[in-house]
Amino acid sequence: MPDMAKLTIAQALNQALEAALMEDSAVVILGEDVGKDGGVFRITDGLFEKFGGDRVIDTPLAESGIVGTSVGLAMAGMKPVAEIQFFGFIYETMDQIASQAARVRFRSLGRYSAPMVIRAPFGGGVKAPEIHSDSLEALFTHTPGIKVVVPSNPYDAKGLLLSAIDDPDPVLFLEPMRLYRAFRDEVPEEAYRVPLGKASVVREGTDVTLIGWGPSMALVLAAADELVAQYDIAPEVVDLRTLTPLDEETIVTSVQKTQRAVVVHEAVRTSGFGGEIAALIQEKAFLYLEAPVLRVTGYDTPYPMTMFEDLWLPDTSQVVTAALSSVRF
Amino acid sequence: MTDGMEMFPLIQRLDEEGNLIGDLGVLSLADLKETYATMRFLRTFDERAWNLQRQGVIGTYAPFKGQEAAQMGAVAALEDTDWLVPTYRDWAASYLRGVPLEHGLFFSKGHPSLGDIPAGKRVLPAQVVIAAQTLHGVGVAWATKLRHEKVATVVTFGDGATSQGDFHEAMNFASVLAVPLIFFCENNQWAISVPLARQMHAETIAQRSIAYGIEGFRVDGNDYVAVANLMHELSERVRNGEGPFLVEALTYRLGAHTTADDPGKYRAIEEEDLWIRRDPLVRLERWLRAQGQLSDEDLAAIDADSERKVEEIIAGFREALDISPLVLFDSVYATLPSTLASQRAQFEARVKEVGA
Ligand SMILES: Cc1ncc(C[n+]2csc(CCOP(=O)(O)OP(=O)(O)O)c2C)c(N)n1
Ligand SMILES: [Mg+2]
Repeated sequence: MPDMAKLTIAQALNQALEAALMEDSAVVILGEDVGKDGGVFRITDGLFEKFGGDRVIDTPLAESGIVGTSVGLAMAGMKPVAEIQFFGFIYETMDQIASQAARVRFRSLGRYSAPMVIRAPFGGGVKAPEIHSDSLEALFTHTPGIKVVVPSNPYDAKGLLLSAIDDPDPVLFLEPMRLYRAFRDEVPEEAYRVPLGKASVVREGTDVTLIGWGPSMALVLAAADELVAQYDIAPEVVDLRTLTPLDEETIVTSVQKTQRAVVVHEAVRTSGFGGEIAALIQEKAFLYLEAPVLRVTGYDTPYPMTMFEDLWLPDTSQVVTAALSSVRF
Repeated sequence: MTDGMEMFPLIQRLDEEGNLIGDLGVLSLADLKETYATMRFLRTFDERAWNLQRQGVIGTYAPFKGQEAAQMGAVAALEDTDWLVPTYRDWAASYLRGVPLEHGLFFSKGHPSLGDIPAGKRVLPAQVVIAAQTLHGVGVAWATKLRHEKVATVVTFGDGATSQGDFHEAMNFASVLAVPLIFFCENNQWAISVPLARQMHAETIAQRSIAYGIEGFRVDGNDYVAVANLMHELSERVRNGEGPFLVEALTYRLGAHTTADDPGKYRAIEEEDLWIRRDPLVRLERWLRAQGQLSDEDLAAIDADSERKVEEIIAGFREALDISPLVLFDSVYATLPSTLASQRAQFEARVKEVGA
């Protein structure tokens, strides 16, 4: 029995970063307030004290600078793990991610690469100011050359982050901030890996496939419980964990079994990643379907002023309603 | 290395002890009495806002405590036709330009009206994205120039903001286009946990002006008399076609970055103590008392009046909470597209169902 501890997502991420800094001297952590302060969410807590200011680096306040210099660091053999304080500030770095990091390998026919991780807290529900809560993952699933990873629980968070740091390509690593300290899981002490590109079937069922990632998993799982308890419906729950590269097989296999699917995300509806999944399902499992693929998403407005964010965000009852209408279609 | 401190000596008119160095310039004794009362009221508001967050009435709040003189001085010379382009911490400056302090509470509450500036007031909504507004300031000033308005624009930003590309692009655009703009940096010496020395290698922010070929100034931001006089001079000059200018107002964030922050993690109590002694209110109070213009009874009267006004603000804020969530859909576009209209209808049904 390996050593286990009950950890939050925040603690599991902190362990992963510490392990990565120990394992590989090329790993450096950089970002705004990641040093002495330990990050505004304390994900890098204690690392500055332990590894010093050359490896855990408070940068000037410039996101494009953080990612742009990370690209250079990575091309020259370092393994930068950059923190963007809130995912909304990723807009500041769009050029350095989409036209630079994501294209280094392609541009040089593999001569150069930019193995780096960009971590960012994301998602709503914590009453943060404007631009702090937006779910912009689809901007990056629409950008070939960068991987997009979104854990939803402590075990995956640690294992996926270590895999992201090992990965030979740039990885955008999105951390559901609402779940940072929401619950604890058993997390092994050792530096284990959870492979990128593999979805997880967190609950097996036969009646409808519920698909989510990151912060949405909390409501998907709650909805699944309710469907079982109150409606005698057996949902299968798929946590995508990695959006790029997408585990098509797990999705398609599940939908072939259940013949119905509901996709849940916080991001705005139009051109959200849910549309991509719906397209995939109708391409690969059309003849199995008994109902249209449904989406439970944010509305097509900017992320709301937070007085109304709970009304705006998808909730468990919407997932239950969608699952019921799929089953009763 | 450029000796920024020597090239840009700190402009001061009222020192920490409350001694006037030289004269009041364009200000009068009456101005300063009024300024002191307003500053004290703003301090009362700021401290109350902090407590309102602690009581769960509002969300994250960024206090301006310690920066009152800088913010009040920044706008002291502005006329109704002049523009202010502020940040999330500039409630004192915005208030003097006609934005009610309720907006500071709206902002922290995540109330939809947080950026609904009263009609006719030339103030932009508080900017969250660090340094983005510096470019807007250039554009606003450029527009006034193209329209041949004799107008000054002041854009405010923090010391951390000077690290962003946007700030440098703004300085370059502004100088190339010779726009009537004053870049006003509230150098409170911290960007959350990062001290200025870690933010930049140069000694002063004022010396950034050299690289863009414009005039720069370094002023004691806790000295209202100095800041207001400097801004009177510079706004007159930009209205007459000069500019842009860069002003570095040296001040200090006496409080935490926001209600979510703990400065104990990253800065020394000794430093805070040093700046508590440099509090902008204290030196003004000392000077007014020395002139025989401020008594304990005056202070009690100012405080009573401040309390009353703050209560009114909070009451206004509470009343404004009764607002329909549907407003979220009504300002996305000038006219609501049909696809969004159907989402609005779904949202409306949901609002009814939840009973919000
Ligand atoms: C583009 C961007 N990056 C990061 C943040 C998060 N953040 C909010 S305030 C702040 C520090 C700003 O420091 P400074 O410019 O000195 O202004 P101050 O808060 O001291 O008034 C940071 C990093 C942000 N709001 N926008
Ligand atoms: Mg600052």
